[in-house]
Amino acid sequence: MTANASTESEFFFARAGLQQLIDVLRTRGYKVVGPTIDQGAIIYDEIASVDQLPQGWTDQQEPGQYRLERRNDEAWFGYVVGPHSWKRYLFPPLATVSVADKTAAGWQMTSSPDPSPKYAFLGVRACELAAIKIQDRVFLGGAYVDPIYRDRREQAFVIAVNCTMAGTNCFCTSMNTGPRCRTGFDLALTELPDGFLIEVGSDSGSEIVRELQARVAELAESQAAEQARLQAELQITKKLDTTDIRNLLLTNLEHPRWADVATRCLSCTNCTMVCPTCFCTSVSEVSDLQGDHVERHRQWDSCFNLDFSYMNGGNVRNDIRSRYRQWLTHKLASWIDQFGSSGCVGCGRCITWCPVAIDLTVEVAAIRGETP
Amino acid sequence: MNLSPLMTHAHAAVADNPWLSQTVRIESITAEIPEVATYELAFVDPVLAARYRFLPGQFNMLYLPGVGEVAISISANPNSRERWAHTIRVAGTVTQSLSRLQPGATLGLRGPYGNPWPLADCLGKDVILVAGGIGLAPLRPVIYELLANRAKYGNVTLLLGARTPEGLLYPGEYTDWQAGGIEIESTVDRASSEWTGNVGVVTLLIDRLPLPRPDQTVLLMCGPEVMMHFTVKSARKRGLADKQIWLSSERNMQCAVGLCGHCQLGPTFVCKDGPVFRYDHIAPFLKVEGL
Repeated sequence: MTANASTESEFFFARAGLQQLIDVLRTRGYKVVGPTIDQGAIIYDEIASVDQLPQGWTDQQEPGQYRLERRNDEAWFGYVVGPHSWKRYLFPPLATVSVADKTAAGWQMTSSPDPSPKYAFLGVRACELAAIKIQDRVFLGGAYVDPIYRDRREQAFVIAVNCTMAGTNCFCTSMNTGPRCRTGFDLALTELPDGFLIEVGSDSGSEIVRELQARVAELAESQAAEQARLQAELQITKKLDTTDIRNLLLTNLEHPRWADVATRCLSCTNCTMVCPTCFCTSVSEVSDLQGDHVERHRQWDSCFNLDFSYMNGGNVRNDIRSRYRQWLTHKLASWIDQFGSSGCVGCGRCITWCPVAIDLTVEVAAIRGETP
Repeated sequence: MNLSPLMTHAHAAVADNPWLSQTVRIESITAEIPEVATYELAFVDPVLAARYRFLPGQFNMLYLPGVGEVAISISANPNSRERWAHTIRVAGTVTQSLSRLQPGATLGLRGPYGNPWPLADCLGKDVILVAGGIGLAPLRPVIYELLANRAKYGNVTLLLGARTPEGLLYPGEYTDWQAGGIEIESTVDRASSEWTGNVGVVTLLIDRLPLPRPDQTVLLMCGPEVMMHFTVKSARKRGLADKQIWLSSERNMQCAVGLCGHCQLGPTFVCKDGPVFRYDHIAPFLKVEGL
């Protein structure tokens, strides 16, 4: 992937071009994953047609609340983010990490037999590009590389779509991750009433654009796109003050607010499941009936699960206070020590999908002493 | 990645996939104290066997297919080749199943992982090793290294604590260690009638230790958390700064490479940032309940 898109590489295609884009990618062997409606929410699933997109729908979000509503237009990308994130495709919720077979010469271990699908992601928001970049650092940036993530990531084609609206729980501007898509994509689209403005972010992106009936964008189209993106930025009202947040949290490990939030938190793990950067897993043994063929299954886990901190016959984080504290301090503070950036991208999912409407920005403000 | 063309696919995969275990065979099993045995292991693959190296304080992930994996410190001589030892206490399902295996049985192994004891920092210094119970196991490679290069270090003292005299690990080796130039002091919580040594906590041994040059002394410790807590207090009273104290810590390690999140303690992943830590680096987080 090459550097930032420049204005020379701005193109435009009419609305019919979106189906063409999907077709071109599918012809090249990509599984195209994009937004679609399932069980009353916009989720990410494999798509073949623009008819599967959530055309004319938007998501209305509040702390602890998510509702789909009709828009008064036919926009395909007129929503913010849903409960899924792209991590479920790059870092699958369940994966086989190794296989053991009992042979005459004893146990023989081999790598995962799982194939690595070649995905094209359609509709990646700026906050999600930032989340992918964060997971890149976790899984690819250290001394040990996760092979499952690497194989999927290397093949992935990323089509970002700039937000043209913001949700109540969005705070990407506080985390410096959006709403504008700036890097980390092959193509970035901005949806306009009569088509899409395209920015090219990589060589493979420009190769795909050449196959579309796209033309160089006119100034008015570029300006309209800029206006649409600005609208999203202006709609963002939620803020998280990140000033010295690492020290703020790590020097307040005994703050009374942790006990306060623990009276509300259900330790349900929703926030960690919807978070686009949370990466904790547990491995379990899955054996055949003879016990001669054993697979090691890696499954998403959560620091909110009681047995996540199991050690020597006991659990280190025995109460919800310590588990919420672990999650929040890891996400916003110790992540900086570990990976050089915050683990939060400001997407607001953990606020929306919290069944009791806990808002991490409110919790941080309370620890800062700014709210009750 | 620089992989030698001579490496087979399997060897490349070890470097490539941190989740992949390699087959090792149990060469021998030696019963130690109750519930504790030392397992000598060797790779079945001669190329892996020839290549395997570890540093004192590192650990391996031992894997029993169908049962699970467990992180176990290495207790062998770091200069030994082709086979090495783990001293293991029966504590959970994996170690329970392991205790039922016989020599010749195979299991999986990944490693070595983690940061070693700071032997370079000990050169020319006086060294105090403090071990509680099975906490001696991860310090044994240090002892072998100190004995092998004894002249490079100052006074070396090993302080051993155990609940009972039967709980003192590796008693058959103490004579050799003393002959090699290591002072050994031991104490037990509960004495038997034959015990003529010290009774009480291991920190009492620190209180009366001759410490000719506390600023040129390094203390390495491993044992129950409460023991390490009071060891630090005693060491401070004797003039050691926190940065002269190192410990090996324990946490639930699953992936061993910082990818699964289980072993976090504050900003650290115990598996890859530890298990050996300089005390002042980890102290602010050790004292927080439930962290």
